[in-house]
Amino acid sequence: MARSWAELLGDDETAEAREEERRGFFGRLRESLSKSRRALGDQLAAVAFDPGDSESWERLEEALLMADVGVPATVELIRRLEARADLSDFNEALAEEIAGLMGEPPVLNVHHSPAVILVVGVNGTGKTTTIGKLARKLHEHGRKVTLGAGDTFRAAAEEQLEIWAERANATFVGGERGADPAAIAYDAIQAGGDVILIDTAGRLHTQTNLMDELAKVRRVIAGKLEGAPHETILVVDSTTGQNGLQQARLFSQAAPITGIALTKLDGSAKGGIAVAISHELGIPVKLVGVGEGIDDLRPFDADDFARALVSS
Amino acid sequence: MFDSLSDKLGAVLGDLRGRGRLDDEAISGAMREVRLALLEADVNLEVVRGFVERVRERALGAEVLKSLTPGQQVVKIVHDELTDLMGSESAGLKRTGFSVILLAGLQGSGKTTTAGKLARALKAEGRTVALIPADLQRPAAIDQLEQLGASIDVPVYRTDTKDPVRAATEGRERAKADGCDTVIVDTAGRLQIDEELMGELVRVRDAVRPTDIVLVLDAMLGQEAVNVAKAFQERVDFDGVILTKLDGDARGGAALSVRSITGKPIFYASTGEKLDALEVFHPDRMASRILGMGDVLTLIERAEQAASEDEQAQMEERLRKGQFTFDDFLSAQRMLRRMGPLQGILKMLPGVGSQLADADIDENKMKRVEAMVLSMTPRERSMPHTIDGKRRQRIARGSGVSVQDVNQLLEGRKVMEKMMKQVGKGKMPSLPGMPKMPGGGMPGMPGMPPQQTVAPRSTAPGAAGRKHGKKKSGRR
Ligand SMILES: Nc1nc2c(ncn2[C@@H]2O[C@H](COP(=O)(O)OP(=O)(O)OP(=O)(O)O)[C@@H](O)[C@H]2O)c(=O)[nH]1
Ligand SMILES: Nc1nc2c(ncn2[C@@H]2O[C@H](COP(=O)(O)OP(=O)(O)OP(=O)(O)O)[C@@H](O)[C@H]2O)c(=O)[nH]1
Ligand SMILES: [Mg+2]
Ligand SMILES: [Mg+2]
Repeated sequence: MARSWAELLGDDETAEAREEERRGFFGRLRESLSKSRRALGDQLAAVAFDPGDSESWERLEEALLMADVGVPATVELIRRLEARADLSDFNEALAEEIAGLMGEPPVLNVHHSPAVILVVGVNGTGKTTTIGKLARKLHEHGRKVTLGAGDTFRAAAEEQLEIWAERANATFVGGERGADPAAIAYDAIQAGGDVILIDTAGRLHTQTNLMDELAKVRRVIAGKLEGAPHETILVVDSTTGQNGLQQARLFSQAAPITGIALTKLDGSAKGGIAVAISHELGIPVKLVGVGEGIDDLRPFDADDFARALVSS
Repeated sequence: MFDSLSDKLGAVLGDLRGRGRLDDEAISGAMREVRLALLEADVNLEVVRGFVERVRERALGAEVLKSLTPGQQVVKIVHDELTDLMGSESAGLKRTGFSVILLAGLQGSGKTTTAGKLARALKAEGRTVALIPADLQRPAAIDQLEQLGASIDVPVYRTDTKDPVRAATEGRERAKADGCDTVIVDTAGRLQIDEELMGELVRVRDAVRPTDIVLVLDAMLGQEAVNVAKAFQERVDFDGVILTKLDGDARGGAALSVRSITGKPIFYASTGEKLDALEVFHPDRMASRILGMGDVLTLIERAEQAASEDEQAQMEERLRKGQFTFDDFLSAQRMLRRMGPLQGILKMLPGVGSQLADADIDENKMKRVEAMVLSMTPRERSMPHTIDGKRRQRIARGSGVSVQDVNQLLEGRKVMEKMMKQVGKGKMPSLPGMPKMPGGGMPGMPGMPPQQTVAPRSTAPGAAGRKHGKKKSGRR
């Protein structure tokens, strides 16, 4: 049972029904196909596991490592599973443990008006695209959305966000190439709306000056509106390896991260680094990206995620 | 991880004197550590297995048995094997009469930026370059390439169509007709499991007949690197790889995975967003980086970029005199700041990295040290031996630390000066726990930037022809 948008946004379910309608026949068909693919993987894993057999445990360890969960979180998961008395429904147990590591079902904090969401991450992870998709979902759920083009560095970053703003029916606030991103964030909040999404330039967490710049963007947002930013989302590419941990650590220092958006889960990468991040830093995953289209964003669902993680 | 790998191997293998034989248990323990280190660096699990097997065989051989420090010997074997695997030949793009370079890869890996970088580099070689946008998918992808092209004065041939095959072919033909001898085709990002888009890529390839197909790969890739490389090899049989975002602190195990799975060379390393950040790929450096043993050569280059010419001259002068005052300390510290976050820099230092890998380095501590130095009078800074007890108390009060802290700092300076004297005389200060590596050791004291003591750049492998200093702090 996947988590719904209404649950993620803390809304009542009526808007959800509208969404269902709008998604239409092909959307549902696509979804059900991808679900059946997953179910197959589940079965494979279920048949394979025998708690009494050390090879089964090895295979599990390998599956987790191959999913980029990393050594420490893998060791922890296996320790927890071994400690369980009953492993008759192994997949269930595994899903529970993974979900346990990943914390409570997340809620996106958009109940202030305006609510400000700052979106950050290393280069090319999917920040701008995720903003476009999220803007659309928020729009469908009755929010007036404003997008602030805080990436003033990369070629055509602003144009890219502007196209997404059009697609999502959002107000667009831009600036000049090379402009101060903090000033654009300020202008975007000034422009108003129920939810303000601020895009930022991709930056490697090792670039001190750029991390300082990010901290400043955050400070300016906080100065402009009390309690803002209400969410600071770190966008992590699900193909990322162990470096993801370092990304989460250092971005958190510049701008405390309230949630992760795990993108490109439509590929064959499992995104296990998110488990490591949740486990070590306690940052929850809130959103998952499953494609390049405007509807390809989902609320994070730990159960689904866990099952896909160890399926082949 | 690595330095601790070196330490751990030392501990597992122990002191062999009087034993003369490595038993199975010791070797297995050592191989477990090697396995963990490689996994930590994102080397693919399957690749790790084969690799560890080879290392085990070599470790069982005579070299280790004779060695008094088997831990370091095993580290050396691992490093050698890695370097071998990464490839020693420096492969590059073909330069033919009419060259067509096709860039492909996952979404966001850096294709479009790399297209701009290659265009810039090839143009500088005197070729007449054109850029062809064949990404009709991502919003503003063509704008992006056009802006990049404009910034380096390279024409971009766009075709108004929704068909990437047509965009690529027409662009190629028009560029050729205009007298270009090199065209670079930028394609949309695609997942290797996306049948439709992989098929499209094959059609684009068949239509433009590339002289080189380049797979653009993000250095931060995890285990998935292998699947990506395999699929792209099967479908379009790429000629080489460009590894991007190496300016970060990813260990880059993906490079090893891809090499050993496909056997394809790595053409270039991409190390920044700006179009001049394209570098020759050094297999040996990559091997060190994957092992987390510190990338001394890169560190030196970064220091060089961060230091102004004046500062470099000053440093050399100090070195000659074997002096190290607190003025030097301050300018070193400032330079260090410009090189990026302390943690990243220290990790490049052999013998330092591991201890800091997880423990966050306290930048505040650095600041405290700086505060102490700033509480000194200029005279005290340039003549530290004049700092007596009373002055120590004053400095401690002025910077809000204890007198012990000040004492420690003064002691540290003395050690540093001693080291500088050695270095000035041409000796390499040795580091505990480090095997002798090509390139030597280096003074591994946090708070000190490296000097030109390690492997003079002119003799560093492959360092020739790279741009020098003067780049303002190396970033945007
Ligand atoms: N398959 C897939 N592709 C995605 C997803 N999210 C983003 N992308 C693609 O990833 C590429 C990079 O996305 P952007 O949104 O431009 O990434 P960004 O983080 O804003 O990039 P920079 O601003 O350059 O750092 C684009 O080609 C997107 O279409 C996803 O969930 N699945
Ligand atoms: N730090 C760093 N950033 C890089 C490097 N190469 C590319 N980038 C950045 O990575 C992001 C994505 O680069 P693009 O060139 O747009 O990637 P792409 O593969 O063309 O993306 P799609 O067309 O969406 O698939 C941008 O923010 C680039 O500036 C690099 O070597 N280092
Ligand atoms: Mg962006
Ligand atoms: Mg592109």
